[in-house]
Amino acid sequence: MGTQYADITAADIAEERSRNPDAFRAPLRQRLNVWTAWGATTALTIYCLYRFGFLSGNFLHGVTKFGDIVVSQMFPPAGFENVPMFLKAMGETVAMAFLGTLLGAVGAFPFSFLAAKNMTRSRPIQFGTRRGADLLRAFDYLIWALIFVRAVGLGPLAGIMAIAIVETGTFIKLYSEAIENLDRKQIDGVTSLGGNWLHKIWFGVLPQVLPMMLSNTLYMFEHNTRSATILGIVGAGGIGFLLGDRLRAYELREACLIIILVVLTVYAIDYLSKFLREQLIGDHKRREPIDDAVQI
Amino acid sequence: MAISDTPTSVGTNPSGIVARFEQQYAEYRRQKRVYAAVFAAVFLLCLIAALLTTQFNVLTLIGGIPRASGFISKMLPPIHLDSFAQDFAEWYWGAGEWFHSLLNTLLMAYLATILGTVIGGTISFFAARNLAQNYLVYWIARRVLEIARTVPDIVWALLFVLAFGIGEVAGIMAITTHTLGAQGKLFAEVNENISPLPTDGIRSAGGNWFHEMRFGVLPQVLPNYLSYTFWRVELNVRSATIVGFVGAGGIGHDLFTAVQLLYFADVGAILLIIVATIMAIDILSESIRHSAIGKASFSH
Repeated sequence: MGTQYADITAADIAEERSRNPDAFRAPLRQRLNVWTAWGATTALTIYCLYRFGFLSGNFLHGVTKFGDIVVSQMFPPAGFENVPMFLKAMGETVAMAFLGTLLGAVGAFPFSFLAAKNMTRSRPIQFGTRRGADLLRAFDYLIWALIFVRAVGLGPLAGIMAIAIVETGTFIKLYSEAIENLDRKQIDGVTSLGGNWLHKIWFGVLPQVLPMMLSNTLYMFEHNTRSATILGIVGAGGIGFLLGDRLRAYELREACLIIILVVLTVYAIDYLSKFLREQLIGDHKRREPIDDAVQI
Repeated sequence: MAISDTPTSVGTNPSGIVARFEQQYAEYRRQKRVYAAVFAAVFLLCLIAALLTTQFNVLTLIGGIPRASGFISKMLPPIHLDSFAQDFAEWYWGAGEWFHSLLNTLLMAYLATILGTVIGGTISFFAARNLAQNYLVYWIARRVLEIARTVPDIVWALLFVLAFGIGEVAGIMAITTHTLGAQGKLFAEVNENISPLPTDGIRSAGGNWFHEMRFGVLPQVLPNYLSYTFWRVELNVRSATIVGFVGAGGIGHDLFTAVQLLYFADVGAILLIIVATIMAIDILSESIRHSAIGKASFSH
């Protein structure tokens, strides 16, 4: 084998290169495009660094201060005597997520049929419902929470409403997609036996879509528990309320304890939800790596 | 029909089979009912616990709805068709400031995505099981990424505001930290799925660890990195609109102020800017992902 390569000379390579230049190097135009893209990205990055003052001494000062805050002012965590209160607030957070998800699911259920192409003949109604759902989802939980805190006052109710509104949008989208993917034959079977509209939904549609809906709902409950931990920062109840309060009052050691608690709860909910979904529905494929990264 | 004519198969009794089927079916139905009852009981318990914990009151909720909807209706000031331009200009009286904030928001998201991706991408090489050379380094890299992404970005924003003061820098640092955690994890997974053949080839030709990463790994993973990054920009624009609630800059700051001062029309105007931006970014990012990177990006 080795001897074959010994026969290749520099002249052979040069000849091959002149015959097939593209095999050795990308064409000039393509290389220019790539370099322009990288150049523009770098230039914009440097401009941003300059614009926001990253290149000044103040930034370095901030970095040292942050290091000091994290290393010496947050650790060791303190306030263990308040743990029962923190746990109660954590319970409130989970309860907010539970009720918000439930209200969202109940609210979205009827609309999801309107938003499904195979259930709604009228294109404008179907399209309008979808876009309405997109609009509800477009705003972050925190934006809704901020508005509802102003409307209904401080406390968990604002958080529940914020989650319920966003979830109505999300569930209309998820449920209607599940409905669109169902098998037509079961409905045809019910129709051929003389079933009415309700029979078709009850015996033809629901048995097919319910497991998918349940799995989605559980998954979003898990997601919402994570979101609910921070809603309190704008006043919407739960553990976030205490966290925002401690951070603003510069009680960093207690804040650190709360952050640790939040992280532990997120892990616990993660495992519980995964376990439940696997037990109830036998659903292993639903969770994609991309979902894992979407924390909050 | 033919079935009644055929003799029963050897050693089985058709009525016995039917009976056994009936029995098993009844057993199955019973089991299902038990599961359903247990599930319903647990669900009801959770519901009652949640209602008690949050002191949820349907009357408060119903009472809140007209207030909330009144709030929302006040966000849209009267705009008449005959004086549309004037009314609209009056509504958007603060347009100059808001669009300046919007530009800041977008640049915050951009810079945080770039910084987070570069830092997270670097860490991902140490956090991939097949590329890390040392278990301790691997373990530390994994934990760093985990902490960075499990702590919510708004909490990072609160912490960075303490260190950097009120302004965009705190927001950029917060989103960067969250991004590096998320990107590092995703990139590490991409790194773990690469083919070992190119790196083996480079090692056999005498390349060092850096050569292996640069010429063996990077060409395999770059398309996936790019598509994750475009997708990350979308999420970071959303984050950049809310970190302002705790003083970390961007259009969220204007929104927060308007809500606190009960300037309803301003709230509506800013929300409209935010939703238009987010939808535009979603559409733009999707088209870029489809055209520039194409389907090749998800084939390992």
